[in-house]
Amino acid sequence: MIRTLKNGLGRATLLLAFVLFSAAGHSQEIPTDAAVIKEGESLFNANCKSCHAVKRKLVGPALAGVEGRAPSIKWIIEWVKNPAKVIASGDAYAVKIYEEYQKAQMTAFTGFKDDQVLAILAYVKSEAEKPEQTVAAAQPGAAVPAAGAGIPEGYLNLILVGMIIILVLLVVILGFILTTLKKFLDQRSLTDEDKEVVHSPFTISGTLQSPAFLFIVCFIVAAVGFKTVIDGLYTIGVQQNYEPKQPIAFSHKVHAGQYEIECKYCHTGAAKGKSANIPSANVCMNCHTQIKSGTVTGEGEIAKIYAAVQNNKPIEWVRIHNLPDLAYFNHAQHVTVGNIQCQTCHGPIEQMDVVKQYSLLTMGWCIDCHRKTDVNTKGNAYYDKLVELHGKTSKTNLKVEDIGGLECAKCHY
Amino acid sequence: MSEQKKIYWKGLEQLRNDESFVQHAHQEFSNDESDPGHSRRDFLRMMGFGISAATLAACETPVRKAIPYVNKPVDIDASIPNYYASTYINGGDYCSIVVKTREGRPIKIEGNTLSSVTKGGVNAQVEASVLSLYDDFRLRKPKLGDKAVSWEEVDKEVIGKLDAVAAAGGQIVLVSNTIISPSTFSAINKFTSKYGTARHIQYDAVSSYGVLKSNEESFGVAMIPSYDFSKAKVIVGIACDFLGSWHGAIEAATQYASTRKLDDGKTEMSRHYQFESNLSLTGANADYRTAIRASQEGAVAVQLYNLVAQKLGAATVSGGNDKFAQLENAANDLVAAKGASVVVSGSNDKNIQVVVNAINALLGNYGTTITTERPALVRKGNDEQMSSFVSDLESGKTKAVIFYNCNPVYDHPEGEKIAKSIAKASLTVSTASSEDETASLCGVKAPDHHFLESWNDAEPRKGSFSLSQPAITPIFITRQGQESLLKWSGVERPDYFSFVKGNWKAWFYNASGASDFQMFWDKCLYDGVYETAVTSSALKFVGNVSGAATALTSTAASGLEVVIYQSYGVGTGAQANNPLLHELPDPITKVVWDHVLTISVKDAAALGFTNDGESNTQLAELSVGSFKANVPVLIQPGQAAGTIGISVGYGRTKVGRVAENLGVNVYPLMKMVNGSLSRAVVSGVKLTNTNASYQIAQTQTHNTYMGRDSVIQESVLARFQKDPKAGRYEPAISKWDDKVAPGTLSLWKGHDYNDHHWAMAIDLNSCTGCGSCIVACNVENNVAMVGKDEVIRRREMHWLRIDRYYSSDATVDDLRGLEVASENPEVVFQPMMCQHCNNAPCETVCPVAATTHSTEGLNQMTYNRCIGTRYCANNCPYKVRRFNWFKYHDNQKFFEVNPAMNTDLGRMVLNPDVTVRSRGVMEKCSFCVQRIQSAKLTSKKEKRTMKDGDVVTACQASCASGAIVFGDINDAESKISKLLQVEKNPERPNGIDKKIGNPRAYTVLEEVGVKPNVFYLTKIRNKEEAKA
Repeated sequence: MIRTLKNGLGRATLLLAFVLFSAAGHSQEIPTDAAVIKEGESLFNANCKSCHAVKRKLVGPALAGVEGRAPSIKWIIEWVKNPAKVIASGDAYAVKIYEEYQKAQMTAFTGFKDDQVLAILAYVKSEAEKPEQTVAAAQPGAAVPAAGAGIPEGYLNLILVGMIIILVLLVVILGFILTTLKKFLDQRSLTDEDKEVVHSPFTISGTLQSPAFLFIVCFIVAAVGFKTVIDGLYTIGVQQNYEPKQPIAFSHKVHAGQYEIECKYCHTGAAKGKSANIPSANVCMNCHTQIKSGTVTGEGEIAKIYAAVQNNKPIEWVRIHNLPDLAYFNHAQHVTVGNIQCQTCHGPIEQMDVVKQYSLLTMGWCIDCHRKTDVNTKGNAYYDKLVELHGKTSKTNLKVEDIGGLECAKCHY
Repeated sequence: MSEQKKIYWKGLEQLRNDESFVQHAHQEFSNDESDPGHSRRDFLRMMGFGISAATLAACETPVRKAIPYVNKPVDIDASIPNYYASTYINGGDYCSIVVKTREGRPIKIEGNTLSSVTKGGVNAQVEASVLSLYDDFRLRKPKLGDKAVSWEEVDKEVIGKLDAVAAAGGQIVLVSNTIISPSTFSAINKFTSKYGTARHIQYDAVSSYGVLKSNEESFGVAMIPSYDFSKAKVIVGIACDFLGSWHGAIEAATQYASTRKLDDGKTEMSRHYQFESNLSLTGANADYRTAIRASQEGAVAVQLYNLVAQKLGAATVSGGNDKFAQLENAANDLVAAKGASVVVSGSNDKNIQVVVNAINALLGNYGTTITTERPALVRKGNDEQMSSFVSDLESGKTKAVIFYNCNPVYDHPEGEKIAKSIAKASLTVSTASSEDETASLCGVKAPDHHFLESWNDAEPRKGSFSLSQPAITPIFITRQGQESLLKWSGVERPDYFSFVKGNWKAWFYNASGASDFQMFWDKCLYDGVYETAVTSSALKFVGNVSGAATALTSTAASGLEVVIYQSYGVGTGAQANNPLLHELPDPITKVVWDHVLTISVKDAAALGFTNDGESNTQLAELSVGSFKANVPVLIQPGQAAGTIGISVGYGRTKVGRVAENLGVNVYPLMKMVNGSLSRAVVSGVKLTNTNASYQIAQTQTHNTYMGRDSVIQESVLARFQKDPKAGRYEPAISKWDDKVAPGTLSLWKGHDYNDHHWAMAIDLNSCTGCGSCIVACNVENNVAMVGKDEVIRRREMHWLRIDRYYSSDATVDDLRGLEVASENPEVVFQPMMCQHCNNAPCETVCPVAATTHSTEGLNQMTYNRCIGTRYCANNCPYKVRRFNWFKYHDNQKFFEVNPAMNTDLGRMVLNPDVTVRSRGVMEKCSFCVQRIQSAKLTSKKEKRTMKDGDVVTACQASCASGAIVFGDINDAESKISKLLQVEKNPERPNGIDKKIGNPRAYTVLEEVGVKPNVFYLTKIRNKEEAKA
């Protein structure tokens, strides 16, 4: 008993000293230093982002203005480190929040130092103070331009109508010229033969049966047919815009767009290896133990995850991006080494409710990119020798093509 | 240059220049199929069908599913392999391994370099064993009789009957092969101590009981010493296939190869004498080989003893008066290398082994090349106990018998007696994983896990331990055999994993000085191996050599003798259902999918057997007492006259469709001699020619080099010491003014390999020809097995083959000389795969650019682009391209021979990173491009340059003797650059015209000028220079 008391006393003393010390060291003010804000940003992204946004309510409350709402900065620090403890202590504000969020408890970040929590707060504060527009512009995917952009569609129609008018006018003018010429010739004395030529009757059947007409028609039909067949053959196995119905109406628009969950949070394999991985149900459960009702679909779809976990039956997603077995594609090479954004191939995934195949995924499409893309050589010692050798013979950047990116055995083996 | 007069031939038919050989020699493929005569109607029919099928197929894209885990295991990521250290145990055979798994499926086995026993080596059987895991013939469930039951029912039945038998005082016997697992031993001990009348008997299909007994006589301890060939300067083998089928062959091959390498300025190598009847793999590697009859083994040993004793001034013994070629020289060399030599015998006759022990003791080899302190524990079978068990079973004394992972009905000479009397026991249990010959006769079938599904430990050598861990969840409803035994010994909830772990805690943890058991255990499991100090002292030879010699004198025979050996593929027959091993050509005979009898050239002539270039032969009737069998005959150069060689492992009757009824079971020919099973039958052998013709499938006479002699370059050590270029053939091409090396003239501008320049070096001196690389290549690259018929049509798909050439010192016109040499030829093995030529002739002839050159020196083959013209194969000087004549996957025709691509179970073994090729395309060695790409990606991810050793090809990894070196010759620090002494052209450092400085290095068919990236190092034999 005495020992416990002693320990307790000791701990209390330590805690007191610590509080005093930290109070002396830090004024418990939210720092405004840019470096701290930067640190806060990375901490926020790594730890908080899956449940909190600055200005919107996600799983947890929007964090903007939290420093004003909460009882004190010290309270926030304690809460972050161990929310359960604060709730258990009967703190009124803590209990209020706990009740407000259906008794969903925040994860305890016991490993955080006070400075780190302050850095996060600094980041939140700086984000909260930013005007609205910058946030919208920063949304990924906004930079991806719509295909075929250049001339607005309205103009195109106008030009078309204009051209038709010109063509009709041309026909009318030609008709006038024809009648004028006939009249002119009639005024001249012509032989019978010539008269016959000038007044030869224009019959539709005659024109239709003329060899020239038949040839032109046959040629056009054959050419169009040929083109259609070739185009058709080229689309065999191409599943662009393939948009199958999935067993769960999962929306990337909600998860990746609205909540800005990092792609690699669920698709863990993309940075590591060949396969990007469809997340297993336990990954879904990281958030959906708390979130039981969806933004769009309500409870029905999320309940399917619970069913899968409960029955230990995996969810059978329909595979959208199907490469033939003969082609080897490795996500890590592109994502980790090449630093290619997911959207480059998968399109504006954060705007898709139902995912579809955005790219062609044909070999030509691969090759095209390998021809155009610079190799991400910066800071990668593997490429040093290649960059140096390339620099000796060429002034352009090192493209994938230049280091064998078009070779067969890069993808086929 | 004068040495190049030697001629090489791949078989007797080439030597004799048979009509059938000449007829087919220039063809890569045999054209035994006549034109099937397709008519115009057939054409239209096929075209119509083709178009409609294509249209239909194109209509709808099949819906494919992507199914993630419900709960993803932390350390499994789809598409990223995991590696687990484990142990291969098959009977007493042992190998420490690393298992590669993908998505929880073992797909490849490689050696564990941390093991002090096998040192990262493997053999063909170890490599192939991963396919045995997915054997369709495995038992799915335990059975009582023919009824599939639950494990509770099995336990009830077994425990009930055991109790009844024990109560009545009836014998309970647990029969097994050698058990090398200490934890299994303690489980067995628990079992035998539970039932008072129970005992445990070990036997080995290929027994070493004679060796155990001889050492008991010689040293007072029944053990098998461990050998260290790496310390030996002179090696004498008496009918001992220590590189091939011997119990410690993997270890021996590693050590032996280290004495045969001539790298880094080394100019000394071991000298190897071999005295044997069959031309074994070991004999083929020997510097001097003398063919002897099996009955002369004793005489050789005794005479060698006397010769050595004379020279060392010790007492000689009586006997051994016959003269043998090279024996005197062997004795001289042995004495000269006293203390650094080794004599090893493969005989199971204890008297021969005693004499051999005496020779080694005289030479002071104990303590240097032979160690008795750390004996090998891989053969403990007791032939006498097994015999008495059979008679007990016959007499009905044995009431209950458990066959623990063994199959004596097949692989014991008295198997037939066991089969007949097995019903006399009231309880018969087999833990075999399939319904083999023994299990099918047992009342209770309690299938054990495959070794890749099991926890286990092993002690292959005293003080050297290793662990097995499961690399996959059990596929079927099987149960760890040890758990069954524990359950039957009364343990309520047996868990063999905790049992092993507990044992290791008790046995090793305290002595290890580790601070935390879990950490100690994790380390052992990660490494796969653990070593303890051994305290026992060296033993002293106290054997009675003259007694043993006297017993050996009276064996002069004159009739035919049968010498039984183990085939390098199927071995004892335990893995006979593994097509990888059947399709692996025997290193010597090059026979696949068949069981043959080898006979000497002389005997064949006397008995009227002939072989032609199409491997047509006759069936012979072999009869020994009541044993009668018809076996095809293969005339084998090097076979001792008067002897017949035949292997065990065939003739299995209940083994699954791969090898059912393939060949003859010759285990019954083994008879007890001097208290142990002899592998030679020296009397009463009759061989008659039935004149029934039979065609065997051989890869031997395929792919000839059309008499081009620059393929094998070899010399002898003395010449090599004087001139490191000895034996090299350096062709020159005439220009108008000068003669130049072929490589200097080229139509091509050459390539620049800015990144890497992959190349391979193969040391012909250390390659033993064992063939583990072939199996490793097959497993890694999803190479299809095609079966006997297709091999006969020369359509085997192996990317890597080992060419075996016989040679002769006689000149081409000296026919008589050739004939003499052919009775005991020199042998050389040459692994041959795509040479990845810098000026590849295949690339220039492909009309669709399906085979192209990479910027890293690889000759790439793109299957989906290939249209099957086969121009490339025709234009390949090395004949290494393989054409898919059929769709070997999903094809009923290849269901039996190629289960890895035709059953759902088998397909689990396929490497997901390598495409399964379809019909009509060409394929060939890719230098394991998938491994290159994966290693490159790893270094890119780690943002570093590549290190030597990042890429290891499958063949290189499997080579126990380290004969294959692969790497980047742009990297001056790589092992291969140093080995080949690569000098870059200063003007074009990354170009193809690098100078190879190693005087031994050559490229095959250099005169063709294709500039291969595969280099061979000359074969150097440690022989006296021929006195010409």
